[in-house]
Amino acid sequence: MDSFILQILNGLDKGSAYALIALGLTLIFGTLGVVNFAHGALFMIGAFCAVTLQRLLSISHTVIDETQKDFLGNPLKVEQPYVIDWFGPEIGNGLIEWSVPLAVIFAIPVMVGVGYAMERGLIKHFYNRPHADQILVTFGLAIVLQEIIKYFFGANPIPTPAPDALNGVVNFGAALGLEVTYPLWRIVYFCFAAVIIGAIFAFLQFTTFGMVVRAGMADRETVGLLGINIDRRFTIMFGIAAAVAGLAGVMYTPINSPNYHMGMDFLVLSFVVVVVGGMGSLPGAVLAGFMLGILESFASTTWATTTIPGINQVIIYLVAIIVLLTRPRGLMGRKGVMED
Amino acid sequence: MFGLNKKDGTLFLIVIAMTLLAPFIFNPFPTDSAMAQFNAGYPDLLQRFVIFGIFAIGFNILFGLTGYLSFGHAAFLGVGSYAAVWIFKLFTYNVVPAIIFAVIVAAIFSVLIGFISLRRSGIYFSILTLAFAQMSFALAYSVLSNPRFNLTNGETGLQVYDADPQMFHHEGLPGMPHLFGLPMRATHEMTLGGWAFNFNVGYYFSGLFMLLAFYLAIRIFRSPFGMMLRAIKSNNTRMTYTGLNAKPYTLAAFVVSGMYAGLAGGLLAAMDPLAGAERMFWTASGEVVLMTILGGAGTLIGPVLGAGLIKYMENIVSKINDNVLHQWFSFMPDGLEDVMVTLIHPFVGKGWNLTLGMIFVLVVIFLPGGLVEGGQRIARLFRGKKAREAEKSTQSNPAE
Amino acid sequence: MGILEVKNVNKRFGGLQALGNVNLDIAENSVHAIIGPNGAGKSTLLNVLIGKLIPDTGSVMFQGQSVLGRKPYEINQMGISRVFQTPEIFGDLTVLENMMIPIFAKRDGVFRMHAFENSANEREIVDQAEAMLESLGMADARHDHSASMSRGDKRRLEIGMCLAQEPKLLLLDEPTAGMARADTNNTIDLLKQIKAERDITIAIIEHDMHVVFSLAERITVLAQGTPLVEDTPENIKGHPKVREAYLGESA
Repeated sequence: MDSFILQILNGLDKGSAYALIALGLTLIFGTLGVVNFAHGALFMIGAFCAVTLQRLLSISHTVIDETQKDFLGNPLKVEQPYVIDWFGPEIGNGLIEWSVPLAVIFAIPVMVGVGYAMERGLIKHFYNRPHADQILVTFGLAIVLQEIIKYFFGANPIPTPAPDALNGVVNFGAALGLEVTYPLWRIVYFCFAAVIIGAIFAFLQFTTFGMVVRAGMADRETVGLLGINIDRRFTIMFGIAAAVAGLAGVMYTPINSPNYHMGMDFLVLSFVVVVVGGMGSLPGAVLAGFMLGILESFASTTWATTTIPGINQVIIYLVAIIVLLTRPRGLMGRKGVMED
Repeated sequence: MFGLNKKDGTLFLIVIAMTLLAPFIFNPFPTDSAMAQFNAGYPDLLQRFVIFGIFAIGFNILFGLTGYLSFGHAAFLGVGSYAAVWIFKLFTYNVVPAIIFAVIVAAIFSVLIGFISLRRSGIYFSILTLAFAQMSFALAYSVLSNPRFNLTNGETGLQVYDADPQMFHHEGLPGMPHLFGLPMRATHEMTLGGWAFNFNVGYYFSGLFMLLAFYLAIRIFRSPFGMMLRAIKSNNTRMTYTGLNAKPYTLAAFVVSGMYAGLAGGLLAAMDPLAGAERMFWTASGEVVLMTILGGAGTLIGPVLGAGLIKYMENIVSKINDNVLHQWFSFMPDGLEDVMVTLIHPFVGKGWNLTLGMIFVLVVIFLPGGLVEGGQRIARLFRGKKAREAEKSTQSNPAE
Repeated sequence: MGILEVKNVNKRFGGLQALGNVNLDIAENSVHAIIGPNGAGKSTLLNVLIGKLIPDTGSVMFQGQSVLGRKPYEINQMGISRVFQTPEIFGDLTVLENMMIPIFAKRDGVFRMHAFENSANEREIVDQAEAMLESLGMADARHDHSASMSRGDKRRLEIGMCLAQEPKLLLLDEPTAGMARADTNNTIDLLKQIKAERDITIAIIEHDMHVVFSLAERITVLAQGTPLVEDTPENIKGHPKVREAYLGESA
């Protein structure tokens, strides 16, 4: 029982990441009709927003600390971040420590900007080109983006810890008398993802803007005929989707130290998630994201891997293949979306 | 000539000549000159040119003719390599059975994967093939390398050990892949003035296969079968309402291109008896897509050009470092020299992937027909208007 | 007994009765038109005839064989060819190649690799295709890119491609939709010529009354998913029920 709950929890954080990326992919696909192979790169750029902020906050200068001596008895030279000069040691250190959550605020304008630039600069020229061309150009773009990041940040993973306060382990089976210890940050990640997903759905459900977008997803031509400038709204949707992917990346950094190819690694799986969920279905994307995350977590248990070695590596693909063959439209796909 | 029309025949003759004379053509600079770093005439690189040429020609039979964009073709290449190395391990270092087996195994794999993937089209097909390839990668990397059943030797890669049976191996045969005793690695160096030309057995062996593969591709492109494939790409609805079930055609194209990939994988193993899972990783599948698009999908010569260009860049551009750049720009005033070096630095050496990505994006946007289209445009610029008119009908034919 | 018999076909989409008790009998070697106001169920009926939709009840028999549940290419092989509302041709291929494909299909059936066709056989196919183009008056355009042709020429080519298969029944779905008057008249003439030269049954689903009354020998009027009347063009013209259906629609 304990381990059962633990596996579900373990699946939630990866599932959250899949769900968030898949949600963005589906938004872009549903609104703009574009298959975006560069979406994983957006996730990766988000993660590097956190790295950048951490580095920015840590920019420091050398000061001579009279109170400390080095082994020769001279006053010690220490690096002191500017934020400490400006805000004093307490707030300064706090800022550095909390750089990952703070990066959420930093990342939103950056990601919306990147998304906007991408859509206006490149993707809008591909609306009427075949899907193969869209895949190709966004694939090329993904390579370019990840190489740029690699150029500035190097090829090695960069550890980006969570704040100490959120870094521990909680036992939250205690109340029920169960032993379920779990890293606190992963809970934070899941809650964060849940809030974002909730916000997106609320936005689409309850605002006029969202209504138009949903109508556009269902029938683009008709909405265009109503004299509504659907393109501009779709551009904004692209920015939002980019921000969602970016935020997913920011918050994921304490779980996995970011590296330049993390986006591609997640992208392949997120595509599988989108397809399993049903192309163009937002609830499908979320559902499939969590489902596959949890499934993967169960497949990683010692029991599963000793019974079928390596099952954790292939389970998602196997499920995807089975789903696609038995339910070609995915779990919640609608008729007429991307049909031949 | 060879059952080809005049234009194709000429193209084929040019490719034959290029392949045979490659050790000269790709080695234009004297060994001790500053430009020698741009020489590509060494066996290792030449082998890659032709082997990846085969891979891309095969991929083009599927993508260029039917429009089905597979993102998992590297799986067949990897399977081919594994199959070949197993023949080396169990039976003999002779490359002939290894390559035959590699093609057969790749064919079986592509029938299985193709049969399932081709139930869907468009983006679904791309993702299905991607999923299959990633699954094959995971299988090769970890699942099939456990102590009970070690088929792939995991991270280390499959290779030949002394303890392997090698049933038909005997004294007197080289302890490396060979063609009836002639080692693949054997190289004859010819020094001529300041030049050193290398003639490598492995290169000519693979080159022969490339010519065969190329010839077969021309025949397929020009055959009624090729026309049917183009028709499927053009309008599948009309195809069905002409009473034709497209699936056997696309599956046949898929399997043929899978066999090409298997052949390329087998040849890779024959050049260097090693097979690793990373050959099946999806970036490797992406690479063959890049090659084909860069050269010109749906054209005959495009994939070969694309494969050559990418492999050349990978080897040459990635070798350029800051010292080399400083040498190039040493004629400039110091300040300017540094600026130029800083500007170019991100695109060379380790950054060659960035260059590749950018070229690729630019090609997809501005030159969807790849290098071949670029060449045609330039050629048209130099011709008179009259010639342009006459060209119109042939140029519009996608299978040029 | 006709070449195509539709009996008691019903089809519902959710709460909408798209087809209600449709009975239709198309006589061999006739030109039969199906007309009706928008939403009368013409497209649904067509989709049933070509196997794209399976009705809830009823049967569709072509020469005594059921077409229901068969794949589109199988229905085509039974001898039904279809012309689409927007011409469906192989846009990336030349006009000649477009014409060669149905001839290959006719000769070889579902699938034969013919990867290495011998040149004599291929010559024969080319000759047949060129003869067909000649009869359509498009021989000069044979090396043109078919996507660059005018809509009327595309339609002409599409009809020609269907004929090359020598079908027993030719189904046309609003063949003149979106065409200029001259192209429409050309198409009418072409269809008349075809009818005069061959033993073929033609079924037309059409909006344009000019086309219907120039071609049809019998007309079925559909309204709200049910056949209202079936009669000769002369009788249909003044039929009160038909006027009501159309006027009722517009009012």
